[in-house]
Amino acid sequence: MTSIARDLPAAPRVDREAVAARQARARRRMLGRGLLYAAAVLLALWVLFPIYLITITAFSPRDAVYDYPKQLIPGTLSAETMRFFVDAEGVLGALWNSVLVAVVTLIFSTLIGAPAGYALARFAFRGRDAFRLIVLSTRAFPIVILSIPLAVSFIEWGIYDTIWSVALMHTALALPFTVLITSSIFISVPRDLEEAALTLGCTPATAFVKVVLPLALPGLAAASIFTFVLSWNEVFAAVILTLRERTLPALVLAALNQSPVPFRLAAGWFMLAPSLIFIFVIRRYLLGLWGRVSR
Amino acid sequence: MAEIRLQGITKIFDKKVRAVDEVDLTIADREFMVLLGPSGCGKTTLMRMIAGLEYPEHGRVSIGNRDVTDLPPRRRDISMVFQSYAVFPHLTVFDNVAFGLRMKNIAKAEIKRRVEGAAELVQLGPYLERYPAQLSGGQRQRVAVARAIVMEPAVLLMDEPLSNLDALLRLNFRAELKRLVGELKTTTIYVTHDQVEAMSLGDRIAVMREGRIVQCGTPMEIYDRPANRFVGGFIGSPPMNFLSGRIERSNGHLQVGLGDQMLTVPATLGGRTAGEVLVGIRAENIEAEAAPAEGAIAARTEVVEPLGSHLLVTAAVGDQKLKIQARTDFPARPDAPLWLRPEPDKLRWFDPESGQEIDAR
Repeated sequence: MTSIARDLPAAPRVDREAVAARQARARRRMLGRGLLYAAAVLLALWVLFPIYLITITAFSPRDAVYDYPKQLIPGTLSAETMRFFVDAEGVLGALWNSVLVAVVTLIFSTLIGAPAGYALARFAFRGRDAFRLIVLSTRAFPIVILSIPLAVSFIEWGIYDTIWSVALMHTALALPFTVLITSSIFISVPRDLEEAALTLGCTPATAFVKVVLPLALPGLAAASIFTFVLSWNEVFAAVILTLRERTLPALVLAALNQSPVPFRLAAGWFMLAPSLIFIFVIRRYLLGLWGRVSR
Repeated sequence: MAEIRLQGITKIFDKKVRAVDEVDLTIADREFMVLLGPSGCGKTTLMRMIAGLEYPEHGRVSIGNRDVTDLPPRRRDISMVFQSYAVFPHLTVFDNVAFGLRMKNIAKAEIKRRVEGAAELVQLGPYLERYPAQLSGGQRQRVAVARAIVMEPAVLLMDEPLSNLDALLRLNFRAELKRLVGELKTTTIYVTHDQVEAMSLGDRIAVMREGRIVQCGTPMEIYDRPANRFVGGFIGSPPMNFLSGRIERSNGHLQVGLGDQMLTVPATLGGRTAGEVLVGIRAENIEAEAAPAEGAIAARTEVVEPLGSHLLVTAAVGDQKLKIQARTDFPARPDAPLWLRPEPDKLRWFDPESGQEIDAR
């Protein structure tokens, strides 16, 4: 090989085969990228198109709901359908219940879940990995099986058909997420910062308040929103654990069969909107939870 | 005032790893002590036990005649500079430096005066209102140092504070740090794996290995008379050369044979008259000759590395390699023969089994 190379002229030749290979590689990359984008667009449409339809119908006059074929760009915007929904009997009360349940759930799950998350993040204790798994596995337990005995217990305790029973149930459902999300948030606050605070006159408690908490706060807020949305959307436990003190999803579900189409669409939009907004706000932290730590 | 005394300090991780093993060390008031060793030798763990961030399984730590073994960091009158700087990202430079003073409930005016004084010392004056994210790595390092010295602690602890800086910055900051600590006259413990840093900064160096202190002394003592083969090999660049030889007796004099050549031994070899011995000699203590000379050892040149101020020559004596520092005008060529004349009083002798130095004086 060396002897042949020495005989060749000094200027490098353009090898036809190499050029062809390079072009083929570029073509394949373009094609792959095109397919990826096409798939992404398709998936997005699959989710976004129904949401879009619900939204425009919810904000169209009631008659427009029955229009066929559907107008993709609404002719007239109107709050009439929404008003019809909001004015319907029980909706405002259920809305209030939903907010209360979500807030109580948020407080409970943060008070119980954040310390557990902190422990997972900071302390190496016996059975930590097992604990992490078991926390998640509670989510695998069917709510159906859990709800009936819980309903019986709640009746005994006298909190059946109150926001407290639903909030307790939602706390149980939210806890695995709260624990894991907060633990990933606390992990992202470097240990050194806490130790530096300890050497600068802090007790472990003041170090937490003055250094860890401010740095974890945005993430904790995101976790709270996640819990809020979880509770806001949860319907099954809410239906089983309440009769008159319905939350909004429970009320909507119960009323669905007997209600006119505009009501359903308005209700759908009403349930959808907060979740969409919140998920959009906290997606950065969700990615962090799923292993892509942003840092 | 703030003498530090460590007695029998032992730290065991996971019930079996002895990260720090029976360490005794006394650091005098106002002394600058460097803990030096390769990664995993326990130097940082030892420092964290002095800080109170770890608690020893056995042994006592006392600072200024006060037993602090069971006290948390905030009761020890120490400040620490972390390897990662650990500057609080949610606070401005001023608030970072003032953090510890505020925890002590010192008056506002006094805090302002002391923070500004400390910032001046480390040349951070114009940056007090900035957040750490708006600072360079070197500036963050200065914040960490200012935050520690503003406390006027009895003991200043520094854990590899320069290791995250780039080479040039490190060189500059090293000199600055030396000046600063010299002015403060605080008892200082400094952890590093960089032997040059250790040599340049320390009043004394404690060389650690596998959780133990293998030698403790002034930089020159440690460089000149390494207590064992490990220290000689760890300190200095290039490391000390080690050649194995055997002790022989001829005409009533002791000699050490290297292959088929003889090395004159200046004195007794700690009473040894036979057996194997390890010869240690530093690269700059060997004279290279281009022609045979009285008392010189024949060798063969293997690699020549011009380093600007001198040549670094790798030579072979028999099948043993050693590095020599030669003048730039020395006619070194690969494969050429050369003759080596070690300075007799710079030869060090080690036991080949234990690696410990043999006192040959």
